[in-house]
Amino acid sequence: MSKKNESLGKTVGVVLALCLVCSIVVSGAAIGLKPMQERNAALAMQENILDAAGILEKGMDVPAVYKERIQPLVVSLKDYQVMQDVNPSDFDNRKAAGDPERSTKLPKSDDPAGLGTRENMTEVYLIKDGNGGTNGAVLHIRGQGLWGTMYGLIALEDDFNTVKGVKFYEHSETPGLGGEITNPAWVKTWQGKELYGDDGQVQFDLVKGGASGEHEVDALSGATLTSNGVDALIQFWMGDDAYGPLLDKLRKGELTNG
Amino acid sequence: MANAKEVKSVLFGPIFANNPIALQILGICSALAVTSKMSNTLVMCIALTAVVAFSNFFISIIRNHIPSSVRIIVQMTIIASLVIVVDQVLRAYAYEISRELSVFVGLIITNCIVMGRAEAYAMKSSPGMSFLDGIGNGLGYSLVLLVVGFVRELFGSGSLFDVQILPLVSEGGWYEPVGLLLMPPSAFFIIGGFIWVLRTFRTEQVEPKE
Repeated sequence: MSKKNESLGKTVGVVLALCLVCSIVVSGAAIGLKPMQERNAALAMQENILDAAGILEKGMDVPAVYKERIQPLVVSLKDYQVMQDVNPSDFDNRKAAGDPERSTKLPKSDDPAGLGTRENMTEVYLIKDGNGGTNGAVLHIRGQGLWGTMYGLIALEDDFNTVKGVKFYEHSETPGLGGEITNPAWVKTWQGKELYGDDGQVQFDLVKGGASGEHEVDALSGATLTSNGVDALIQFWMGDDAYGPLLDKLRKGELTNG
Repeated sequence: MANAKEVKSVLFGPIFANNPIALQILGICSALAVTSKMSNTLVMCIALTAVVAFSNFFISIIRNHIPSSVRIIVQMTIIASLVIVVDQVLRAYAYEISRELSVFVGLIITNCIVMGRAEAYAMKSSPGMSFLDGIGNGLGYSLVLLVVGFVRELFGSGSLFDVQILPLVSEGGWYEPVGLLLMPPSAFFIIGGFIWVLRTFRTEQVEPKE
């Protein structure tokens, strides 16, 4: 290395030039590949929705089946009306939840799942039975686990009370302990459980050691905080502050949109 | 430019004679983390090899202009940019696998092999040879990872590249998988075994007793 390299001017020059080139390369890659990444993410979400609804099979044509079996609707969580002017394919739950103008701040007392804010509108996926009727729905759920937010989907049967399936598609729980929320064997135990008691209150519960009864599934062993988080997020999302009134409407068949 | 013999030693030397993981004990972290499945392992190997090769190449091109006072930062900037590009490409073309590899693609930045080769080789050698050195070291890394991945997936889940080879007891077969192999620490034992075998055949790699 020559001495000339060590001068202040050269050092600053080299660093600046390098930064410029690198930033062009990085932003070029990020922008150029963005459409494809978004397509992948949308496809993955469709797969998750089908999986929660119990429709997903290996090797199926996901976009085609999704189009046939799932009807996405954007629904207001304030008056529980279908938002006709919002296109479901442009709507992003998570963005809406993070936008102060499109979300509601939750007071601590009404926020068992530790969300902070709840979106004013959400996407609801009606499951079509293939003969023109609907057969339940898939709903977004999320809440704090031990290490971070757990994002999931829950599918309900046509009575909007019985669980059809559940899928946590993004979380940062401890692998092998809380991470077992994605374990297919455990997820299967949710099927057929009922969310609401006879009084219309959310009764669903994760219990330690030997779940019995129609409202209970086993808590995850070694993952008390994750289990509590799942418990709380079901309490919140199925309660009156979120999907409760919406499910009432669905049950009565009032939320129809052609 | 170098002769054929030198090219060969630069390219293939790091596979057995001077393996970055087995001899230099670099890059262990990702070797533990991503090797529970062959498909993840393979993508990680390709990603790392690409990063080492290109970072060596670009660093070598500008090696005569890098002020030594900021050389580590300059190397880091190049490496980090390449890793981000690789991460973006994976997200676009191998979405599933990039999700499973998650943070470990980003952590290639801190993989000692990349930095080590940049500092030890690329700063002193021509771009072509540096590129080959990167490929060679990537291959050395890949060899160890693929061996570890092979053992872990075959005996940990009874499959290879997600194709079931040994029928599992839980699915009506006869094979009871070794759960330990799915945990990262198991890779320590396999890498240790690999080093043991390698040094049995290549006794010159055994360190002298102190």
